[in-house]
Amino acid sequence: MRHILSLLLENEAGALSRVSGLFSARAFNIESLTVAPTEDPTVSRMTLVTSGSDEIVEQITKQLNKLVDVIKVVDLSESRHIERELLLIKLTAKNDHREEIKRLVDIFRGHIIDVTDSSYTIEMTGSGDKLDAFIDALDKKLILEVVRSGVSGIARGDKAI
Amino acid sequence: MAKSKEILRGAEIFCRALKDEGVKHLFGYPGGAVLHIYDELFKQDAVEHILVRHEQGAVHAADGYARATGMPGVVLVTSGPGATNTVTGIATAFMDSIPMVVFTGQVATHMIGNDAFQEVDAIGITRPCVKHNFLVKDVKELAATIKHAFYVATTGRPGPVVVDIPKDVTADSCEYEYPTSVDMRSYKPVVKGHPGQIKRAAELILSAKKPMIYSGGGVILSNASEELTDFTRELGYPITNTLMGLGAYPATDKQFVGMLGMHGTYEANMAMHHCDVLIAIGARFDDRVTGDLDQFCPYAKIIQIDIDPSSIAKNVPVDIPIVGDVKHVLTDLTALIKASKNKPDTEAIKLWWDQIKEWQSIDCLKFDRTTEVIKPQYVIEKFYELTNGDAYVTSDVGQHQMWAAQFYKFDKPRHWINSGGLGTMGFGLPAAMGVKLAFPDDVVACITGEASLVMCIQELSTCLQYGLPVKVINLNNRYMGMVRQWQEFFYAGRYSHSYMEAIPDFVKLAESFGHTGMRIEKTADVDGALKDALAMKDKLVMMDFITDQTENVYPMIASGKGQHEMHLPPTTDRELA
Repeated sequence: MRHILSLLLENEAGALSRVSGLFSARAFNIESLTVAPTEDPTVSRMTLVTSGSDEIVEQITKQLNKLVDVIKVVDLSESRHIERELLLIKLTAKNDHREEIKRLVDIFRGHIIDVTDSSYTIEMTGSGDKLDAFIDALDKKLILEVVRSGVSGIARGDKAI
Repeated sequence: MAKSKEILRGAEIFCRALKDEGVKHLFGYPGGAVLHIYDELFKQDAVEHILVRHEQGAVHAADGYARATGMPGVVLVTSGPGATNTVTGIATAFMDSIPMVVFTGQVATHMIGNDAFQEVDAIGITRPCVKHNFLVKDVKELAATIKHAFYVATTGRPGPVVVDIPKDVTADSCEYEYPTSVDMRSYKPVVKGHPGQIKRAAELILSAKKPMIYSGGGVILSNASEELTDFTRELGYPITNTLMGLGAYPATDKQFVGMLGMHGTYEANMAMHHCDVLIAIGARFDDRVTGDLDQFCPYAKIIQIDIDPSSIAKNVPVDIPIVGDVKHVLTDLTALIKASKNKPDTEAIKLWWDQIKEWQSIDCLKFDRTTEVIKPQYVIEKFYELTNGDAYVTSDVGQHQMWAAQFYKFDKPRHWINSGGLGTMGFGLPAAMGVKLAFPDDVVACITGEASLVMCIQELSTCLQYGLPVKVINLNNRYMGMVRQWQEFFYAGRYSHSYMEAIPDFVKLAESFGHTGMRIEKTADVDGALKDALAMKDKLVMMDFITDQTENVYPMIASGKGQHEMHLPPTTDRELA
């Protein structure tokens, strides 16, 4: 099963490699990983998407908690939460395609953020599923470049981790 | 009025911090990146530096010191190869949760990443085999980082910590103040167990009909032998120890059924297999203990006490997990059991003991005592008798290690010192050196084999320099015995590279290092030779026992088999039930 883990960790050189090294050393899956400092510059927030049986995810959570740099680990998928991912995509946009792409971007509530006479660059946020759906709706031949941020997540409601 | 603080150079801060931390011994080897530190070491006498002959020896010596004393082992090496040579020793300590702080020199901060001379990414290389590591980038952080390193290494589930110190940091100066306490928001080890869980455990323990206590190295690390003994005697239940846990419960006690696992006793493994309540205390269900997981303790409800939550239910599902320091949890648990209205079911327990005694009567450690050629088991048995079980025994890895674990009956904790988790050949001699330094008046022996021994043989030189007269019991069968045994059992006797054509003359070798050597070739000479060696209190004696080449370690659970599927020695005259 897919799990979204949210971590607070010391914003220290090497903290990221402790986490990624743990996953490779113990043969845990890692689908995506994003990390950036929080409002407190000494603390980083990481969102990590992984998958595995309940026993494996329990072991992942315990091993993460054991890392000396990790302050807190929360499994967001255990309760109601929101996840978002950023997509930047560059497409060939010429002649008739320009209008068609524009319409599709509007339907998916994205933005065209850079334009040349032969291309569009589009920004879109949403769940991974939505971004997949958008990419699937495009003519594959038009895609020049895809950049995805990986998932960021936060719990619903007034509680903070 | 606040006292003005001293301004010290990084190298002085290093030495002062070790002194303020209470470090008495430092195992190390100098080199370019740590020369400022070595210059300061020269000027002080609070910390005694032991110059080893190879950095691996330094880490194993510090490790042996830590296991025997319970104090953290401390190591200082230079950058590059100095750091990489410590990796095996760090991984050894990591697998067995031994508190240790290893200081590695590093090239100057402005050179890091430039492929400078003797530069290596020590933090990156050691990351997977340390509890934590630190790179000190500013002299102002040095004292606090050293304090943190000792705190992390010695608290919670202990482990090795590496501190990488660039050379310029040891030259820069700042105010020195050694912190008196540590508070880390990201690191708060649990000590007390959950009272509700302890209550549930007590109820289950008292309801058992076929209970089994299975305790490991965690009991020794937690200094909880007394609590374990109290707990076990209160209940009257059988107890087994893991390889790492030997000595935590007195081996000569009638409730002790021997070590368990791949080369554990028949009775310990059978009792594990048939028990209805298993009480795991500071033990981590290693594959050498459990055998085939699908067949492990099929009838048991399992209670597991461990300070490390990630150890609990890692390999085997657990019914009642208790996170906490074994010492505290056992104290609470025993108090609860003593106060409880319920008592152990004496009738059921008696039947259970009858069954165990039946298993014990098979005499699974039996070996042939009639041969002229020396049986390795006999040497260890004699050594046990002659030292009254009081010696500190280190070992390397292989057959001799298993025989030492089986035949030396450890009644006290911290006396059996071996690389259980990583299985590091070359550990024994330097570890013995570290133990002897800590306990100069006790008998310290390294029980080893000729293949393991040569892996760190250079430390004989260190033993001479510092007057560390350890006794080396070399069970020399001219084979890598355990490899040979597996090749005999599982590879149709194809002894691929498990035999060495050229083995040194260990007597001359010892003599060339300034020590005493003996060669013993007959069973009849074993007793006298051991007595002579023990009488030479101030001499390192290398006893080269020429032993039976084809002796195997029994009993044995083959890899992937269940605990009840043991091979017994050919000397056993009974078929298994």
